[in-house]
Amino acid sequence: MHPAPSIIAFTTFSGLGFGLLFWLGVDPTPPKGWVAFAFFCIGFALAVGGLAASTLHLGRPERALKAFSQWRSSWLSREGCCAVAALGAMGGYGACLIFAGLNIAPLGWLGAALSLLTVFTTSMIYAQLKSVPRWYSRWTPVLFLSLSLAGGALLSGRVIMAMVLMLIAGGVQIWWWHRGDGALRASGTTLGTATGLGGRGEVRAFEPPHTGTNYLLREMVYVVARRHVLKLRGLALILMLVLPVALLLLPFHHISAALAVLCHIAGVLISRWLFFAEAEHVVGLYYGKR
Amino acid sequence: MALKQPRIDTSPKVSDEVRKTTCYMCACRCGIDVHLKQGVDGKKHVAYIEGNRDHPVNKGVLCAKGSAGIMQHNAPSRLRAPLRRTGPRGSGEFEEITWDEALETAVSWLKPLRESAPEKLAFFTGRDQSQSFTSFWAQNFGTPNYAAHGGFCSVNMATAGIYTMGGAFWEFGQADWEYTKLFMLFGVAEDHDSNPIKMGLGRLKARGAKIIGVNPIRTGYNAIADEWVGITPGTDGLFILSLIHELLKAGQIDLDYLSRYTNAPVLLNGDAKSPDYGLFLRDAAGKPQVIDRTTGKLAPFDQKGVRPDLAAKHRHAGITHRPVMHLLAERYLDNKYSPEAVETRCGIPAARIRRIAAELAQTAFGEPVILDRPWTDFRGERHQQMVGRPVSFHAMRGVSAHSNGFQTARALHVLQILLGSVETPGGFRFKPPYPKPPEAHPTPHCHAKPNCPLDGPHLGFVRGPEDLALLEDGSPARIDKAFTWDNPMSAHGLMHMVISNAHAGDPYRIDTLFLYMANMAWNSSMNTRGVIEMLTDTDADGSYRIPNIIYSDAYSSEMVAYADLILPDTTYLERHDCISLLDRPISEPDAAADAIRWPVVEPDRPGHVGVRAFQSVLCDLGHRLGLPGFVRDDGSAKYADYADYITNHMRKPGIGPLTGFRMGPSGLTHGRGEPNDAQIDSYIGNGGFFVAHVPQEASYFKPWNSAYQDWAVSMGFYDSPQPYLFQIYVEPLRKFQLAAEGHGARQPPEHLRGRIAHTFNPLPIWYPPLSDGHEDPVEYPIHALTQRPMAMYHSWGSQNAWLRQLHGHNPLYLPTNLMKQHRLRDGDWVRVISSHGAITVPCAHMAALNENTVWTWNAIGKRKGAWALDRDAPEATRGFLLNHLIHELLPPKGDGLRWANSDPITGQAAWFDLRVRIEKSAPPEESQPVFAAQVSPVPPAARGLRWKVGQ
Amino acid sequence: MTELPATSTRKLGLVIDLDTCVGCHACVISCKGWNTENYGAPLSDQDPYGGDPSGTFLNRVHSYEVLPDTGPAQLVHVPKSCLHCEDAPCVTVCPTGASYKRVEDGIVLVNETDCIGCGLCAWACPYGARELDAAEGVMKKCTLCVDRIYNQNLPEVDREPACVRTCPANARHFGDLADPDSAVSRLVVARGGMDLMPEQGTRPVNKYLPPRQRDAWADTSVLAPFLTPVAEEPRGFLGWLDKALDKL
Ligand SMILES: Nc1nc2c(c(=O)[nH]1)N[C@H]1C(S)=C(S)[C@@H](COP(=O)(O)OP(=O)(O)OC[C@H]3O[C@@H](n4cnc5c(=O)[nH]c(N)nc54)[C@H](O)[C@@H]3O)O[C@H]1N2
Ligand SMILES: Nc1nc2c(c(=O)[nH]1)N[C@H]1C(S)=C(S)[C@@H](COP(=O)(O)OP(=O)(O)OC[C@H]3O[C@@H](n4cnc5c(=O)[nH]c(N)nc54)[C@H](O)[C@@H]3O)O[C@H]1N2
Ligand code: SF4
Ligand code: SF4
Ligand code: SF4
Ligand code: SF4
Ligand code: SF4
Ligand SMILES: [Mo]
Repeated sequence: MHPAPSIIAFTTFSGLGFGLLFWLGVDPTPPKGWVAFAFFCIGFALAVGGLAASTLHLGRPERALKAFSQWRSSWLSREGCCAVAALGAMGGYGACLIFAGLNIAPLGWLGAALSLLTVFTTSMIYAQLKSVPRWYSRWTPVLFLSLSLAGGALLSGRVIMAMVLMLIAGGVQIWWWHRGDGALRASGTTLGTATGLGGRGEVRAFEPPHTGTNYLLREMVYVVARRHVLKLRGLALILMLVLPVALLLLPFHHISAALAVLCHIAGVLISRWLFFAEAEHVVGLYYGKR
Repeated sequence: MALKQPRIDTSPKVSDEVRKTTCYMCACRCGIDVHLKQGVDGKKHVAYIEGNRDHPVNKGVLCAKGSAGIMQHNAPSRLRAPLRRTGPRGSGEFEEITWDEALETAVSWLKPLRESAPEKLAFFTGRDQSQSFTSFWAQNFGTPNYAAHGGFCSVNMATAGIYTMGGAFWEFGQADWEYTKLFMLFGVAEDHDSNPIKMGLGRLKARGAKIIGVNPIRTGYNAIADEWVGITPGTDGLFILSLIHELLKAGQIDLDYLSRYTNAPVLLNGDAKSPDYGLFLRDAAGKPQVIDRTTGKLAPFDQKGVRPDLAAKHRHAGITHRPVMHLLAERYLDNKYSPEAVETRCGIPAARIRRIAAELAQTAFGEPVILDRPWTDFRGERHQQMVGRPVSFHAMRGVSAHSNGFQTARALHVLQILLGSVETPGGFRFKPPYPKPPEAHPTPHCHAKPNCPLDGPHLGFVRGPEDLALLEDGSPARIDKAFTWDNPMSAHGLMHMVISNAHAGDPYRIDTLFLYMANMAWNSSMNTRGVIEMLTDTDADGSYRIPNIIYSDAYSSEMVAYADLILPDTTYLERHDCISLLDRPISEPDAAADAIRWPVVEPDRPGHVGVRAFQSVLCDLGHRLGLPGFVRDDGSAKYADYADYITNHMRKPGIGPLTGFRMGPSGLTHGRGEPNDAQIDSYIGNGGFFVAHVPQEASYFKPWNSAYQDWAVSMGFYDSPQPYLFQIYVEPLRKFQLAAEGHGARQPPEHLRGRIAHTFNPLPIWYPPLSDGHEDPVEYPIHALTQRPMAMYHSWGSQNAWLRQLHGHNPLYLPTNLMKQHRLRDGDWVRVISSHGAITVPCAHMAALNENTVWTWNAIGKRKGAWALDRDAPEATRGFLLNHLIHELLPPKGDGLRWANSDPITGQAAWFDLRVRIEKSAPPEESQPVFAAQVSPVPPAARGLRWKVGQ
Repeated sequence: MTELPATSTRKLGLVIDLDTCVGCHACVISCKGWNTENYGAPLSDQDPYGGDPSGTFLNRVHSYEVLPDTGPAQLVHVPKSCLHCEDAPCVTVCPTGASYKRVEDGIVLVNETDCIGCGLCAWACPYGARELDAAEGVMKKCTLCVDRIYNQNLPEVDREPACVRTCPANARHFGDLADPDSAVSRLVVARGGMDLMPEQGTRPVNKYLPPRQRDAWADTSVLAPFLTPVAEEPRGFLGWLDKALDKL
C-alpha cells in the first residue's frame, strides 16, 4: 500500500496521543493545574493532530462529518465516533483537573477506555481488510495497542512501565512482521485464483490494461525491495525499542528522556511506514506486481 | 430492517438528438449513433458515440477507437487554419494564412505543371476512403502519378485474390460465419474488417465451432483460437502447399466443384518451344477450351451443358494440351511438399500439419452443409441444393507483407478452391460488388499530355506485359515505377517508393508532391530517417530536391512539419464523405451497401480561419485549375462542394457514387438511376447508409449463379453477366514468365529475367523471403514484426486522451528463449540491429511467441512536438518504431544493384521480412534513435480533462 | 445503508466469456464514454496529453499468459469491473454510507454526494474495481449502467450496459443471476462459470466463463480415414482421378 505521510502521521500520532490520554485517565494521582495542562495538551495535540492529518487523505474533507454516521457497520466510522467520545471524556476529565484540580476518576476511566477503544478501532480499519493479508490478523490490533500503550507510558513518564511495554511491543512487532511475511501466501489468493486460470498451469501477467499508472497502482501497489525492508525493520526496532530502553536505563535526565521519546516516535514512524509500504494488496496480483 | 437507500434517476435523458453517420477510425466503417447535447454555450456538442444497431457492418457494436471518437474529434492536435511554412522543412514553423491564399498558392504551383508536364505532380493519398473521387481528380489533372496507400499495405492480398478468384479476403469477402465449422486465420492481428471479424469469431464461439490461428504471435484473435500454430514468419506458403500435398494425396478435393467452377479442366499448351507454351487453348472467340466429359470433345468452358473433364488430354497440331489439373497434381504431389520436408522450415511438426489437413478434409467432406435452395448456373444447369464445405479461411498482412506474399496468398486461395469452399455454404463468401474477375477491372493508364486528362484510370490489373506502364523507351511512366518489370502487377501503385524515387530523380524528377492523409515522415515510411533526409535534402542551389510539398491532414502529425503548404481537413464528424460501391464499399455477403458521412457538427475553430473538407477543397482546386471534370462549359464550378459531387456526379449513365435513392423514370429507384437532389437527405433519414439485399437464390455460387449475375447487372456492377472460372492457374503470370523466357515484343531487363521466370509461376510456389538472399540469416537470425493494437489506429490513436492511456508506449516482446539467452527481465533495454540500422528499446517477455520472433505494437512511437503531446510523452521517450530498421531497398549484394524490399510481383512493401539480432543494452535516457523536437503548429493541450456536455 | 441487504430478489450482473474475449478494449472505452457523460461526475483524466497520463476507468482489460504442463503457452484476456459482490466488503467498510448495495437488484453503487473520498472501500475491494476520481475526489465504480438498464428514454433493446452493448465479440452478457432460467444463469451452468478469488469470500455476482480447452492435438481416429492415400505419385493420382470422375 502507498505509505501516505498523512496516514502514517495519523496512525502514529493519534496512537501515541490516545496512549498518553489512556495513562492520564487511569492515573490514580493525575497531575493537576499547569502540569496537567501540559500533559493534556500533548495528548490532545497528538490525537487531534493525527486525526486532522487523516482528513488530508480525503478526497472531500469538507464532508468529513458524514463519516460518523455508519458506526453500526464501519470501523472507520466507529473510529471517528470513539475518537470524539474519547476526546470528549478526556477533555472533561482534563478540564476538571486543570481548572478545578478535581479528579473525577470514573470519567478518567471512561476516557481511558474510550482512548484504547479508539486505538483498537483504528487498528481494525486495517485488520478487517481481507484484501491485505498482512493486515488481516488479530495481531494487528495487538500491535497497535501495545505500541500505543508503550508510547503513552513513555510520554507520561512511566519509566518502568514504558520499558516493559516497549519490550512487549517490540516482541509483538517482530512476530507481526514474521507472520506478515507469510500472510499473502497463507491467504491462498494467487494470480491463479484471481484469474480463475490457476488450474490450467502457471499464470503470469502479460500486458497490463494500461501502459501508464492509475489510482490502483498509486494507492495499492507499492513495492519495497527486500533488502531495504530488512534495514528499515532493524532501524525501527533500534529506534523504537533498543535506544529508548537504553536511554531510560541511564540515570534519569530530561534530555535523555526527551531523546528516548523522540527515538521511539521515530521508530514507530518507520514501523508505520513499513506497515503500509510492505502491505501487499491482492489487487497487485492482477498487475503481476506480487 | 428496511435499508434506506438514495433514490436515483434511472431514466435520465440520454441526449437531445441522435445523428447517424459513419465511423472513420479505420476502414471498417461502422455505423455510429452520435448523441448530441446542448452545451452551456447553447450549441450542440457530441456527448456520446455508440454503434448503430441497424447498420449492416457492425449491428450496434463498436470498437474502442469508435467509442473514443469523441476524443478524436476534440483532440487538441486539430489543425485550425491553412498553414504556410516559414522555417526550414521539418522545423514545424508555420504561419496561418487564409483559404484564398492557400488555394492560390496551390494553383500557382500546379497550373504551370498541368500546362507543361502534368506528371510533375505526384498526388498520393493515404488510407482515405474516397479513392474513386481523388483518382478522378488526378485523372482530370492528367498526371499518371496517382495512387493510394495499397502498395505498402496489402496489395499482395488484394491482387492475388482478384487474379485467382475475383476477390480477396479483407473488404472483398468474409467467412460464412453462419455455417462455418472450421475457421483458419493466417497472419491477422486486427484487419480492416475488424468488428465483423470479432462478431464472426463470437458467433463461432457461441456455436462451439473450431478456430485455428496461424501466427507467430498468440495475441488477440489468435489468443482465443482453439489451436495455435506458431509458424515461423515467411513460411506460410510452404505450410499451405504441404496441406495441399496431403489433401491431393488422399484425394480429399472437391472434384465436382473443380470441374465446374475453376480452370482446373482448362487445357494448356504443352509445347515447350511454342510462344504460347503454358497458355490456355482458346477458341476463335478467345474462350478457354475444355474437354466435355460427355462428348469427349473440345468445348468452350462456358458452353451450355458442358461437363468439363479434369483428366482428359487433347492433342492438336502435334501439341499435347493438358488440363491444369495435371500440372497441379504433378507439382504438389512432389515430396518436397511433404510435411516432413517442410516441418523444420515452418516450425510446425509434420504430425500437426497432417492432422490439420485431415481436419480440413473431415470437416469439408465429412460434414457438408446442404441448403435446400434451388439455383441455376451459368451453363443453364438447375441445381436443387446448395452444397457447401464448411471450412473457411481469412488472411491478411501476415501473409501479404512478405516478399513472397502474392504467391502465398495464391496458395491459400488454391487450397480454398480445392476444398470447394469458396462461395459455398459454410465457406468463404464475396461481398458485392465482388466477385469481379480481373477482366472486369480496368488496365493501368499512364499517358500524360499537357492540358489533357489522363487516357484512363491510373490503376488496374495488367493482363500481360502489354499493359505495363512503360514509356516508348521502356522507362517507367510512373514516379513510383508501378507496373514496370520490377513489379508488374502493382495494382495499387507503390506509395512507399514515391519519395525516394522523387528524391533520386529516378525515373525522373517531379515538382510538386501532393499528399493526403499519410504520415510519410514517420510511421508509414520504411527507413524513416532516410525519408526525412530526402524530404529536406537540397540541390546545389539550395532549393529542395522535391521543390513543393502540399499536404492535407486534420491533425498536427509528424508529416505536417515537412510540407510547405498545409490544407487542414475537418474531422470525420464535420464533413460529407461517401463510402461508395465504386470504391471500397461496406457490403455484406447478403447485401450490397454503401454509406455516407455528413456534418453532424459544424467545423468550429474559434479565432482561426477554420478548416475545410479536403474533398470540397479538391472540387474548388479542380475548378480553379480548370480541370475538365470540375468546370461547366460556362467556366463555372461544376460542384459547389463534395456533397454536390456525391449527389450529381455520374461515372457512367445512371451510375453515381451512391446507389440508393436514385431517380428512376417513375420515382425513386436503387442501383441505376438519375441523380436525386434529396439523395443525401434520404441517406441521413435511412441512418446514413443504404442496403440492397441479394436475392436468396443468388446468395451463394455468385460467380456462376445466373440469379446473382442478373442482380449484379441490375445494380450496375457490370453491364452484362460476367460468369468466369476461378483461376488456379493464372495465365497473366505465365505471360510474364514467357517474356522472361524471351518471348514477345516487350522484354524485361536482363537482371530481372531470372527473378521473373522464377517468381511468376502460374501455379503457386513458395520461395524464401527475398531479403534472405541479401542478409545473412545467421548474423540476423531473428524475425521482427509489428502488430496493430486493436485500440489504436496507426499514428492517430496517440492524440486520443483515452486511448493513449491504454497504449502509451510499446515494449519489444521477446520469447522465453531469447529472454533467457540474453539474461533479460521485463523493462530491460535491448539494442535491435538490422542490416540497415539499430534501435535501443525497452523489452518484455512473452511466452506465447514463436521462438525466433520478436515484435511490438505498430506506430505507438511518436516524434517530440507532434500531436500536441508534451515533449516528455511516453510515446516519444519510451515508444519506438521498427521502421528505422526497415529499408525500402535490400542491402547491396555485390551485383551493383539495390533490389527493392518488395514483392517482385506486386511491389507490396515487405515489412515483415525484417531480420534482426539483439543485444542487451544499458538503459539509455530515451529510446534510440532520438529525433529533435518539432515546433508544434498547435498550442499545448490542457492539463486535465473532464468532458461532460450535459448540465 | 452500509449494511448489506439480507437478500436481493434479483442479482443483476455480468457474465464474461474468457473463451471469447479478444482483448479489444471496446468495453473499456464505451464504459468510459457512457459514464463520463452520465451517472455522477465525469471520469476525469489527469495529464491527458502529457508525460504521465492517468484517468479514471470503471472497467479494465488485463491479459495473462498461462503456461500449461504440456503444449504451448496460452494467452487469456480478463476484463474486470465491479463484480457486485453479495458479501461486498467495500460496502460495509464505508464510513459515510455512500457505498451501498441496492436491495432490489443487488447493484453496488456509490452515492457521490455522500462520499468523502476516504478510499477505504477501494482498499477493501480485492479486485481493484473502484477508483477514486482525482478531479472530483469521490469514489467511482461500475454502476452496472443503472442509468441504462431501466432507462425509459432508451428503446428496450438498449436497456443493457454500455459495455455489453458494444462488445464486438459478444463476450459479455448481462442478466439476472438469481433467476436460474435466465440466459446468463444457463450460460453459467453450461460453461462452468466461475468466481474470481472465491477464497476472499466476497461471493461475486459476476461470473467468468473459463476458456475452453486449447491446443488439443491428440490424434483422433475419426481423422485417419481422411488421409488414406489414393496415390503416392502423379501417375497414380491421375488414374484415381479418372475413376473418381466416373463416379460423379
Ligand atoms: N513497421 C511498420 N510500419 C508500417 C506498417 C506495419 O505493419 N509495420 N503498416 C503499414 C500500413 S499497412 C499502413 S496502411 C501505413 C499507415 O500509415 P499512415 O497511412 O501514415 O497512417 P496514419 O498514421 O494513420 O496517418 C495518416 C495521417 O492521416 C491523418 N488524418 C487522420 N484523420 C484525417 C482526416 O480526417 N483528414 C485528413 N486529411 N487527414 C487525417 C493523420 O493525422 C495522419 O497524419 O503504415 C505502414 N507502416
Ligand atoms: N485497430 C486497428 N485496426 C486496423 C489498423 C490499425 O492501425 N489499428 N490498420 C488498418 C490497416 S491500414 C491494415 S493494413 C490492417 C492490417 O491488419 P492485419 O493484417 O491484422 O495487420 P497487422 O496488425 O500488421 O498484423 C499482421 C499479423 O500477421 C502476423 N504475421 C507476421 N508475419 C507472419 C507470417 O509470416 N505468417 C503468419 N501466419 N503471420 C504473420 C503478425 O504476427 C500479426 O499478427 O488493419 C487495419 N485495421
Ligand atoms: S472497427 Fe472501430 S474504428 Fe473501425 S469503423 Fe468500426 S468502430 Fe470505427
Ligand atoms: S467487486 Fe469490489 S467494489 Fe465491487 S462489490 Fe465486490 S468488493 Fe465491492
Ligand atoms: S471513498 Fe466514499 S464510498 Fe468509499 S468508503 Fe470512503 S466514503 Fe465510502
Ligand atoms: S456495466 Fe456499465 S459501468 Fe459497469 S463496466 Fe459495463 S459499461 Fe461500465
Ligand atoms: S469488448 Fe468484449 S472482446 Fe473486447 S475486451 Fe471487452 S469483453 Fe473482451
Ligand atoms: Mo494498411
